Amino acid sequence: MATTTLFTLHLCRFGQSFSKKLFSTSPSSDTLLNPHHVTFHHKLRRPNSSSAPAFFRRFSTVAAASTSGEVNYDGIGTADEKYDVIVVGGGHAGCEAALASARLGARTLLLTLNIDRIAWQPCNPAVGGPAKSQLVHEVDALSGEIGKIADRCYLQKRVLNVSRGPAVRALRAQTDKREYAMQMKSVVESTPNLSIREAMVTDILLGKNDNVEGVCTFFGMKFYAPSVVLTTGTFMSGKIWVGRTSMPAGRAGESASHGLTENLQRLGFETDRLKTGTPARVDIRTVDFSGLEPQHGDKEVSWFSFDPDVHIEREQMCCYLTRTTGRTHQIIRDNLHETPTYGGWVEAKGPRYCPSIEDKIVRFQDKESHQIFLEPEGRSVPELYVQGFSTGLPERLQLPLLRTLPGLENCSMLRPAYAVEYDYLPAHQCARSLMTKKIQGLFFSGQINGTTGYEEAAAQGIISGINAARYADGKQLIVLERESSYIGTLIDDLVTKDLREPYRMLTSRSEHRLLLRSDNADSRLTPLAHEIGLIDDRRWKLYQEKQARISEEKKRLRSVRISGGDLAAEVSRVSGQPVRDSSTLESLLKKPHIQYGILDEHGFGNIELSRIEKECVEIDIKYEGFILRQQSQLQQMVTQQHRQLPEDLDYHMITTLSIEAREKLSKVRPQTIGQASRVGGVSPADITALLIVLEANRRKAQEQSRYKIMNAMRAKALEEEVPEVSCTETVSS
Amino acid sequence: MLRASEKPNAVMAHLPALRVLLRHINCLIPPPRTSMPALCTIRATCHFLLLSPKPRKLHATATSKGPENHALLLNRDERVARNVTPSDVVEKGSTIAAIVTSLGGPPGAVGIVRLSGPSAVSVAGRVFRPAKRSKNNDWKPMSHVVEYGVVLDSEGNVIDEVLAVPMLAPKSYTREDVVEIQCHGSEVCLRRVLRTCLEAGATLAQPGEFTLRAFLNGRLDLSQAENVGRLITAKSGGFSSLVRSLRMQCIELLTEIEARLDFEDEMPPLDLNIIMDKIHSMSQDVESALEAENYDRLLQSGLQIAIVGRPNVGKSSLLNAWSKSERAIVTEIAGTTRDVIEASVSVNGIPITLLDTAGIRDTDDVVEKIGVERSEAVARGADLIIMTVSAVEGWTSEDTKLLERIQSAKSSTGSLIPVILAVNKIDCNPRAETDWDRGCQSHDIFSKRVFTCAVTGQGLQDLERAVLELVGLDAIPSGGRQWTVNQRQCEQLVRTKEALERLQSSIKEELPLDFWTIDLRDAALSLGQIIGEDISEEVLSNIFGKFCIGK
Repeated sequence: MATTTLFTLHLCRFGQSFSKKLFSTSPSSDTLLNPHHVTFHHKLRRPNSSSAPAFFRRFSTVAAASTSGEVNYDGIGTADEKYDVIVVGGGHAGCEAALASARLGARTLLLTLNIDRIAWQPCNPAVGGPAKSQLVHEVDALSGEIGKIADRCYLQKRVLNVSRGPAVRALRAQTDKREYAMQMKSVVESTPNLSIREAMVTDILLGKNDNVEGVCTFFGMKFYAPSVVLTTGTFMSGKIWVGRTSMPAGRAGESASHGLTENLQRLGFETDRLKTGTPARVDIRTVDFSGLEPQHGDKEVSWFSFDPDVHIEREQMCCYLTRTTGRTHQIIRDNLHETPTYGGWVEAKGPRYCPSIEDKIVRFQDKESHQIFLEPEGRSVPELYVQGFSTGLPERLQLPLLRTLPGLENCSMLRPAYAVEYDYLPAHQCARSLMTKKIQGLFFSGQINGTTGYEEAAAQGIISGINAARYADGKQLIVLERESSYIGTLIDDLVTKDLREPYRMLTSRSEHRLLLRSDNADSRLTPLAHEIGLIDDRRWKLYQEKQARISEEKKRLRSVRISGGDLAAEVSRVSGQPVRDSSTLESLLKKPHIQYGILDEHGFGNIELSRIEKECVEIDIKYEGFILRQQSQLQQMVTQQHRQLPEDLDYHMITTLSIEAREKLSKVRPQTIGQASRVGGVSPADITALLIVLEANRRKAQEQSRYKIMNAMRAKALEEEVPEVSCTETVSS
Repeated sequence: MLRASEKPNAVMAHLPALRVLLRHINCLIPPPRTSMPALCTIRATCHFLLLSPKPRKLHATATSKGPENHALLLNRDERVARNVTPSDVVEKGSTIAAIVTSLGGPPGAVGIVRLSGPSAVSVAGRVFRPAKRSKNNDWKPMSHVVEYGVVLDSEGNVIDEVLAVPMLAPKSYTREDVVEIQCHGSEVCLRRVLRTCLEAGATLAQPGEFTLRAFLNGRLDLSQAENVGRLITAKSGGFSSLVRSLRMQCIELLTEIEARLDFEDEMPPLDLNIIMDKIHSMSQDVESALEAENYDRLLQSGLQIAIVGRPNVGKSSLLNAWSKSERAIVTEIAGTTRDVIEASVSVNGIPITLLDTAGIRDTDDVVEKIGVERSEAVARGADLIIMTVSAVEGWTSEDTKLLERIQSAKSSTGSLIPVILAVNKIDCNPRAETDWDRGCQSHDIFSKRVFTCAVTGQGLQDLERAVLELVGLDAIPSGGRQWTVNQRQCEQLVRTKEALERLQSSIKEELPLDFWTIDLRDAALSLGQIIGEDISEEVLSNIFGKFCIGK
């Protein structure tokens, strides 16, 4: 494969002219309200390549396809089979991928087993929570859809961890599952450049150069595109279990997808199996809530999206809390042999952080009772989600088990709890762009990479969508560094660590989470999204105005001073610290327990700022010391961790590495030193050895290039008189 | 193949970007930086961008796979206004200095202070005056030619007569300009020469920094460097089990807190008091490990104690009595001791060098004058000062003057040297003990006061106890411990301690729970580095530190 020249892309704020050149956004900015009008490089294929298969095309156009003379069907509609990007799967990863790709201007085809199940929420219809909400904010900052749909369809919203610090504060929304799917479907359907088709993909079509060319469906249709994104969810060879009984299915009532796993294995991919489950649903009308503790939503509603257009408040529904009883535990203990884990007939690993109720009872024997949350699933459906009560027990035992819970004594069950087993592809087979290392142009996202959760899926989806579109357009792929975002942390973990259970995002997975907060997701990622053409002018203007207001306000707080007065008295009362004369408002905000609201109450606030903006100002000022310290630690680390590892490094030849490290590194092929250090089985001594090899190689290369230059100069000076100095000779001298 | 035919196209597409990029680079490169290599690769430029103070966000490096290039997004929060400039990993521009011969134990005949870096010669030129060609201001040494001369302090006083060995780049250990100054082997002398070098513009070398530079400049071969790498996994016995347990405690605490943050509504609330107790006891463990380090360091390098005082108060007798020798000549004549006299004693296994000095007074005697100057210099360089006064004569105005001189000497070094007041000749005036307590309360400069009699040996044990207390060794059991702490481990312990201190202040200021995790994590990381369970640039630098020790 041809190597291209070393080339550096340096996008930055002060390089506006630069980003214009690189991404050449439409000069006609009459598209203020429409993000979809970014002009794309519709490059025609070079004439001299027309004899070869189109495995590396620029974004195709109808004209390109017909003039290339490659697909020679006469008649109408043939051009429809050629796209820039094909997304397989219409779940939360697939939707974000297809939307991002289409919004970047790529002709995109979304293939799904069932159009009526687009953006389904088969498990808990909730979005957000610790770490997951950060993912949602980040996806939104990149102009993804999940946050907006959750904001539009919420049944209840709560901010968790309110008093535990700005980095772990998390918004969680209970959503209306029907409404959610409908809203997302209508967005997908109305997005320009995006086509939808029902199909079961069974084959990946390959070009001659280990590149993807398209997909083939069960019914023999072939769709062509230089980029294909697979988001198969739980459908690849999916099998659902209730008790000992199983059937092939991707979800209850939906057929699994067969054939694709075998095809991917033939291509040399390693596959493995994971398991997850969902609890029973009961009829809300048969539950007696009178004795249960209600859990209301927040009075002041918070939002996932940075786009104020979707900040429309709606009436909230109530959730309820119940508990397991002695009877619950008794039934489970008596029937442990009937569960897949303790009966021993399901091998696939389930997630540790989402244990079944039998796991909880077996592992925490001294706990007399476990909390169970009852959460409505929609305004128009009678279903109630029983959170914390997933089980592998057979269906005949499930209703008696539910009826041991206070309030559910007379309930009727609408759907039984079930577990699902499915194929996934350990994600070390992907680069951090989410493109597979084996097949150029093939991307994986969502549960196929071993994750769980709508938010995790959406986060991967938007990255693979962006990169699929960019790959089809011959552009560089985008990688979000681990330190930049939860999205980056998620992907880095997936492709680096050997994960053998479904991966859920947790705040503790990020080393610098104080810097990766919900409130600054936009200032971290929106400039990038704008530069690559995902954020439209309206959002960009809103963003810039918000940042300007925040920074102005911080300046004001630094300059305004007070001496004595009501404010000073109250601040010293609340914080328990004295307020010196001529204190700045900034210094007041830094005191314990002092919030911006106190300034407002005493007329020192800025009424032009929104609640969210005030929060940003408060966080920036209050935790400035910590933030700066983290920032500088990160900077120090980054210079070391981001040292690139050459892609062709032969780890087996590095004898100073332990055998295990040689094997693991050959398998994962990390892109940076930092990534290498996170590979399991790689010790600090191995990293030292790697650093030394890198340094030695760098030195050799430097010497060689120096001698090349010297030779060239000498040759020039002496014309043909002097014979060339051998490289190796001079190096060793 | 086909991809190859696409290549020019792709390159063409990138060209405008490249041009703009180069324009940025041009305005980013700080002009006074040492001249860039004529042919800087783009990769090298990237590095510049990394270090440039300007904010940067997106940066891509090309790899060999065409479109599989990566735009890397660094964490750049637009709201964080102030930029943090990364500290350079190895500041190649600086000139470092250190004593490279071993300290502690019996002094060698010769000790070496090494300077390395681009301004090694000019720094050496500022402190070294060659015996020949003394008129010439600029020292222009010939590489690998030894020169004889003296080292002068900033005021032009002679510190020692030395040999200077210049080894100019690249024919030196570090492949930088190196100057080695060979002086007399006493530690006081070496320290003074080093301090003078530091005052003249050198920075103190980190442990192993010479070796690190040697490696980075291509001087060490690979196998040597790899041997170094293995040191990282070396076990450190009992100490590592203490560290391991501390680290586990940190991680357990973290787990407790993190679990609450990620699974808010599923966990019982934390008992903050228990957590604070745990943190407190961890701090104490770290503290005692650090005390051990202090002991180990003293075991290695020992203590320098300067005995100062007016002439004829019995300084030399005290030294002789303490060291059970006749090292110093004792007469009735004031000003007998003219030079610095050393004697060794061992207190609780710690080697102590006693330095008897000329009595400090204004004098016209040329020889005695030099002696007095040296006394003051010795006092400046010592770890501890024993000021001796005579019980017979009581506190005199001269003692007050002398005290002032010592105090001014102290302030010039910046750090406070503890002073013990030894009231000598107590046998001649037994009533002095009570008188003294009344008369001398104003002199709170003294950390301790003891009454001694050099002739009978009375009070010498009190003196030893006072010394141990002052250097913080009174709590160390005389049996010693099972393990020792080296420099690298000590550094991480200090970091752990700092992290735990910050943690306690976060708790005190009632910062939210999440902020506790930041410093707990820091503490765990620091502890992890001691036992080689985490990787960072410092670990690499520190191995080289270790390597240097073994040399």
